[in-house]
Amino acid sequence: MMRLISWLVGFGRFWYRFIIGDDWTVAASVAIGLLVSALLNATQFPAWLVIPLVVIVMLRTSVQRSKRTQDHVSVRRAR
Amino acid sequence: MTGIVPVLITAFLASSVEVIEMVTIVVGVGATRGWRSTLLGAAAGFVVLAVVVAFFGLAVSAIPIGPLRLVIGALLLVFGLQWLRKGVVRVAARGFAGMQVEANQDTDVWTGTGVDWTAFVLSFKGVLLEGLEVAFIVVSVGATAGQLGVAVYGGAAALLVVGAVGAVLSRFVARIPRSFLQLVVGILLTTFGSFWATEGLGVSWPGGDVAILGLLAVYLLTAAINIAVERRGARQSRLTLNLSEVAR
Repeated sequence: MMRLISWLVGFGRFWYRFIIGDDWTVAASVAIGLLVSALLNATQFPAWLVIPLVVIVMLRTSVQRSKRTQDHVSVRRAR
Repeated sequence: MTGIVPVLITAFLASSVEVIEMVTIVVGVGATRGWRSTLLGAAAGFVVLAVVVAFFGLAVSAIPIGPLRLVIGALLLVFGLQWLRKGVVRVAARGFAGMQVEANQDTDVWTGTGVDWTAFVLSFKGVLLEGLEVAFIVVSVGATAGQLGVAVYGGAAALLVVGAVGAVLSRFVARIPRSFLQLVVGILLTTFGSFWATEGLGVSWPGGDVAILGLLAVYLLTAAINIAVERRGARQSRLTLNLSEVAR
């Protein structure tokens, strides 16, 4: 029983790391982008534009967030 | 009934496009995360694919590929975007010289003794999805032309030829610095993920499969701009720090 629970915890942790990683906003933005694409697909708007735009915007914001976190860690270490 | 040669060439070329995508993912993931778990994932993908094809037979084209594309594409996109960000940050910090990171310092390199499930899952999904698409192509080209056997040979030849090219290229890919490789694989996974997930929703890409090249170019440019911006920011920070030290 303990082995099963430990396996389930490991399985859940693996998928959490795979999907969420160290920046949950990436997964959330992709999910919202796909939802918007699905909604726009029913209209005349070119829905294929949505995900590339999400990638461009999210890469920039995620890089900046990662840099801020690194700077924060460096300042704390320096103190 | 259509002639043997046109069916063979059509099945070979159409399958090759899908196999190139499959081999790109397997080689990229293998070179970045390690080969053992990647090849295990690819083998598992082929086993599941063989079971599916044996079970469904000609009815394989009735499998709803849309939801599969959406789920696999979304997972690749999320994971690829995270790798792309890490690649951009590392290349911006270390530049193109001296980017080689020791395996034990790099959190994305599997150093354990068991299976690296990340490499396994990425490789498994790539092989299963692309393998199913090859099966669809073979069945639709073969059944339409009344030459199923010939189409199977075309699909198998594509797998062998592109697979052999991938095996040869993997030796060269292994020499590429890890941070740069992570950036490139991140761009590739993000590209395929964007394409499949959007296609899985039923959205048509302008130009069909050619849109993959367009996405690749856009993401390459985006990554290059981000690296340039980060490097310029780091230079300005160093300059400000030096000036403040001089002022003291």
